[in-house]
Amino acid sequence: MNENYVVPAVALVVVATILVGAFGLRISRTTSDFYVASRTVGPRLNAAAISGEYLSAASFLGIAGLVLVQGPDMLWYPVGYTAGYLVLLLFVAAPLRRSGAYTLPDFAEARLASPAVRRLAGAFVVGVGWLYLLPQLQGAGLTLAVLTDAPDWLGGVIVAAVVVATVAAGGMRSITFVQAFQYWLKLTALLVPALFLVLAWQGDGAPRHAFDEPATFREQRVVRVDDSLDLKLDRPLDVTASGTIDGRRYQDQRVSLSAGTHRVERGTRLTFTEGDAVPVADRGSNGGMSTSLAAGREERPLYATYGLILATFLGTMGLPHVVVRFYTSPHGVAARRTTVVVLALIGAFYLLPPLYGALGRLYAPELTLSGDADAAVLLLPERMIGGLGGDLLGALVAGGAFAAFLSTASGLTMAVAGVLTQDVLPSRGVRQFRFATGLAMVVPLAVSALAGGLPVADAVGLAFAVSASSFCPLLVLGIWWHRLTPPGAAAGMLVGGGSALVAVAATMAGYPGGGPLHALLAWPALWSVPLGFLTMVLVSLATPGKVPAGTSAILARFHLPEALAGGQAHGAATEIEAGADSWRRVRTRGNG
Amino acid sequence: MGTGELTGFLAGLCVAVLPMLAAGFWLGRRTARQRSLGGLGTPVEHATFETLHTASLAAPPLRAGLTEETARKSARRLRTLLGTDALCLTDDQAVLAWDGVGEHHRAEITERLLGPLETGRGEAFRLKCDEPDCPLRWAVVAPLTVDDRVHGALVACAPGESAVLVRAAGEVARWVSVQLELADLDRSRTRLIEAEIKALRAQISPHFIFNSLAVIASFVRTDPERARELLLEFADFTRYSFRRHGDFTTLADELHAIDHYLALVRARFGERLSVTLQIAPEVLPVALPFLCLQPLVENAVKHGLEGKAVTAGGKSHISITAQDAGAEALVVIEDDGVGMDPALLRRILAGEGSPSGGIGLCNVDERLRQVYGDDHGLVIETAVGAGMKITARLPKYQPGVHSGGRLPRE
Repeated sequence: MNENYVVPAVALVVVATILVGAFGLRISRTTSDFYVASRTVGPRLNAAAISGEYLSAASFLGIAGLVLVQGPDMLWYPVGYTAGYLVLLLFVAAPLRRSGAYTLPDFAEARLASPAVRRLAGAFVVGVGWLYLLPQLQGAGLTLAVLTDAPDWLGGVIVAAVVVATVAAGGMRSITFVQAFQYWLKLTALLVPALFLVLAWQGDGAPRHAFDEPATFREQRVVRVDDSLDLKLDRPLDVTASGTIDGRRYQDQRVSLSAGTHRVERGTRLTFTEGDAVPVADRGSNGGMSTSLAAGREERPLYATYGLILATFLGTMGLPHVVVRFYTSPHGVAARRTTVVVLALIGAFYLLPPLYGALGRLYAPELTLSGDADAAVLLLPERMIGGLGGDLLGALVAGGAFAAFLSTASGLTMAVAGVLTQDVLPSRGVRQFRFATGLAMVVPLAVSALAGGLPVADAVGLAFAVSASSFCPLLVLGIWWHRLTPPGAAAGMLVGGGSALVAVAATMAGYPGGGPLHALLAWPALWSVPLGFLTMVLVSLATPGKVPAGTSAILARFHLPEALAGGQAHGAATEIEAGADSWRRVRTRGNG
Repeated sequence: MGTGELTGFLAGLCVAVLPMLAAGFWLGRRTARQRSLGGLGTPVEHATFETLHTASLAAPPLRAGLTEETARKSARRLRTLLGTDALCLTDDQAVLAWDGVGEHHRAEITERLLGPLETGRGEAFRLKCDEPDCPLRWAVVAPLTVDDRVHGALVACAPGESAVLVRAAGEVARWVSVQLELADLDRSRTRLIEAEIKALRAQISPHFIFNSLAVIASFVRTDPERARELLLEFADFTRYSFRRHGDFTTLADELHAIDHYLALVRARFGERLSVTLQIAPEVLPVALPFLCLQPLVENAVKHGLEGKAVTAGGKSHISITAQDAGAEALVVIEDDGVGMDPALLRRILAGEGSPSGGIGLCNVDERLRQVYGDDHGLVIETAVGAGMKITARLPKYQPGVHSGGRLPRE
């Protein structure tokens, strides 16, 4: 790929983000523009901001790679990422807004009046935030490494530096505008190249290829194996190799490989001819977003799919950077409307990555071998269109990918830093927030440097699983069940979220090599979410004396529309206000 | 493969260490709280420590007053303190909580309570019991008195008559009475704070009403349409400031009230006063004490125009900014007026300044501290002749603070 276009595109995205962030609101207004100056954020703008913050690297690059490598089964990812907002809309959005809570720990305190539960929720917010930041940084490193010859760690460091600098310097003042801008940027960056790619595909005679057939090479292609792998061949294959296969060295020699498994060492170059089927690669682990450590999926596909569905459906409501954005809505009804628009915006966006995945299977099938399947979105424009147009479209996609890293990473960093300043670090103040911003970013950066080969899709899925098993019970039971007690909530979060976290850690450490236990640990949501709910309910029922005083009043406030909740106790005041409103109407008519 | 496994293992380790640290921290705090008695001192001293510790554990529930729940929580501790088989706490009518064996004596005790509650004197009596293996044969009643009024009684039951128990029950009852008195004090202190907040509720200044009406009157003949507009602004502003429900409002509503206020002020001062606004839409839903920014703007208007002679055409500029700062909203109100001597300002904020000077400032500062805590008072930067910059930090969430349920107009 041509670096001459990619580097400026990425730089442009970074600069534009900083500029919108810093100057989006620096327009001063005089009092005559008062109504413009103090207009609340409407559902559409807020929804674009939420979507911008939510669509991360895993969505932008990872889904296309997953579809490319593993086929249409992986469509459950975009479905789950979107449907999470449906659950949020139905059960959480409006009551959460009416609770007046800004962060999840705030909600815990507002509902349960317990500082201990608040601190526990804060710890989980930091944990989920860090788990989710990890793939963003690694994805950035991968993108930059694929597009230019930069080392793996550089992209992550750039994203971390830009985010910490802007957030700590207070440059994200108009965060809503920044994130809304990022959403439209990301959509454009996928939509425009997609249109050209579809045209190119049609110009090519609209070739079709069933997903359950093995992909084939459409032209002669050289594949370089970056990481040693086992090739599984169903039938004999002739290939020109230079490198080591099954312990024997070859130098530009024609090799006939029999059916069976062959070990290909790293650095080997294989040249396939047109019409060859793409062999299936089996590898331990790699740095891609689309191959998973939880390879148990093949062993128990149904179980894994349900685990994925549950984690994404219920985990969205516990993502710290999503929850904070609902505070911007002026009231509960607006929060609900915002969620509906978010569903539409995210739904529209998620139509595109699978398209890239399908085209990638046709035009860049060797990516499954080289382990860079996540780069499919980035490589397709050059591969299918080529020339200057391809380079420019590729640069646009690269810019969009960086927007994805920046927006999600900055949202997460702000959320984690906010919780760190409020609940973990001792005193308050601006300096403390800067320190917390650094801390919020340094930890995941250090982990990603230590563990460069962590599968990114797993880290995202695991963040969702932990969030679904800790915050989902807290939010749903907190909003809908009046007998929830602080000990119950704490126990449920610890048991549900804690067990999910332990399962996550065990999977990442590669503890049980395979089998049913491995699948259970790799997709913990299916048992850890019910476990969290059950613990919360049982411990709450066992401690009936601990139901916080004033629970009914709090629940009434969560569920009644604001106007009603206010008017109920103060009928007289509402009446006077109604009178004044009709007065106001007369006035407007007089003016008109 | 080897490096992949190693890095995977390291990543897992990092993720695993996190919850372990959290759990360890939590456990550490729990155990540190419980292990307050060490093996210090002689056995007698140790017993003293033990007693004091039990007493201190029984105290917190009682500090919330005498109810069924607090009685249940403290009765357990008090029984350990007295070392009896059963102990119950009553109010002036019935048994609130029973700890220990023989709860079938509940009705009998309720019956026998009347005497001691009437006289306020302790009593010991024999219990009637049909069950042969019930260990309770005697009961000691010690009344709980607060301000010379009997509020309830502590009843200790034992197998036999014991002067020691009578004495001990009397002492414990006196100790419980003191706790109840403290609870009473707590309650009156809360009421005092509430009354103070109500008294502090900012009031619209009478001068402002006179001046506004005078300005409107001056327009009635020359520009009736303008006069009508201004009257409506005046009505809107007074409606907002006289409203009774809720102590809190949203930043959006407060800013609208400020807009109405400024419209009236500009009618009076015309071109001499210019105002710029810079408001982040993210912070408009923040809840804050009702009328706590308008006095600051009023103050800025006064200081800005003060000392600038009308003849010299002195103009004043006020800027109002509301920024989003993580979990807080940052509101800054700045004027370019005469400023103030910092020493004088300090006196005003300490509540000993001249009544005309900055009663508004002092009031707002006090209310913010009441609601958000002492580190959220106003920050004022000023010097003589250098204008004044007032910064208020409003947390986006504070327990108990939510706007009175009015929708901010979109």
